[in-house]
Amino acid sequence: MGLRLTINGEPREIAAATVARLVGELGLDPRKVAVERNLEIVPKSQFEATALNEGDRIEIVHFIGGG
Amino acid sequence: MNAPVQALNTHDDDAWTVAGRSFRSRLIIGTGKYKDYALNAAAADAAGAEIVTVAVRRVNLSDPSQPMLVDFLDPKRFTYLPNTAGCFTGEDAVRTLRLAREAGGWDLVKLEVLSDPKHLYPDMEETLRSLKLLVKEGFEVMVYCSDDPVYARKLEEAGAAAIMPLGAPIGSGLGIQNPVNIRLIIEQTKVPVIVDAGVGTASDAAVAMELGCAGVLMNTAIAQAKDPVRMGRAMKHAVMAGRDAYLAGRMPKKLYADPSSPLAGLI
Repeated sequence: MGLRLTINGEPREIAAATVARLVGELGLDPRKVAVERNLEIVPKSQFEATALNEGDRIEIVHFIGGG
Repeated sequence: MNAPVQALNTHDDDAWTVAGRSFRSRLIIGTGKYKDYALNAAAADAAGAEIVTVAVRRVNLSDPSQPMLVDFLDPKRFTYLPNTAGCFTGEDAVRTLRLAREAGGWDLVKLEVLSDPKHLYPDMEETLRSLKLLVKEGFEVMVYCSDDPVYARKLEEAGAAAIMPLGAPIGSGLGIQNPVNIRLIIEQTKVPVIVDAGVGTASDAAVAMELGCAGVLMNTAIAQAKDPVRMGRAMKHAVMAGRDAYLAGRMPKKLYADPSSPLAGLI
């Protein structure tokens, strides 16, 4: 039974238990994204150590074209 | 006796500095509205840009293999200037730029807090409040603002790293609508002044530089040109020409003609 999270505004059920595993499970390159968990920045150095909890609200962003 | 001719300053030694970082190119370009990132990269090359603005957005979870900006515009070569486009409050701006700082690892950012989507004019009261929040968090903030010298001074006093008044509404391509205000802002400001938004074609960029701006920031003028790579090159030349004209000091304007050939010695 996975965790139910809200990722980028969408409800999702995931197997990962840490931010690092979540980024991997979603097929993303951790060097190219930034992660916010419940409105707090998760530094890249803390991806491995940061555990996920049921109901967490996660934002995963990157740079795109803009003016 | 003729004085020796002074060596012409090359652009290489006409660098400008923002937040302790020096740049030779005075043309900052946006990375929005291009057909694709490859064309964007070619235009950035042609423009000789060293700084590019970028936006912070959610990754597309349904297709993580989509092309990414960082794969086309190397952040080691171009200084990324993350913006706060789409933010309408100071809190939104701080949240967005905290993420940008984590994604990119640097503090230099572009603040823009807009008001009405119809004209995209900056909300200056909220912009000033946001700037204060960001400065407190250690960001170096280049601030998109109206061409109001009074607010420009307040931004500088609040610790802005650069003042970036609009030449005309974002994406309008109308050119510098109020050169008097831009000049007033330049005269009173100690940090760099960058005209941000409103440039439509090369002559607009030259006008901005002739007023004495430290640089010009543009996106649509290049991205929406029929040939963005050629327009990137045109803008590079326009910015350099305008800068040289400003440094050279233009001749005074006169109301009547003044012959270029001497009248003495006529046969």
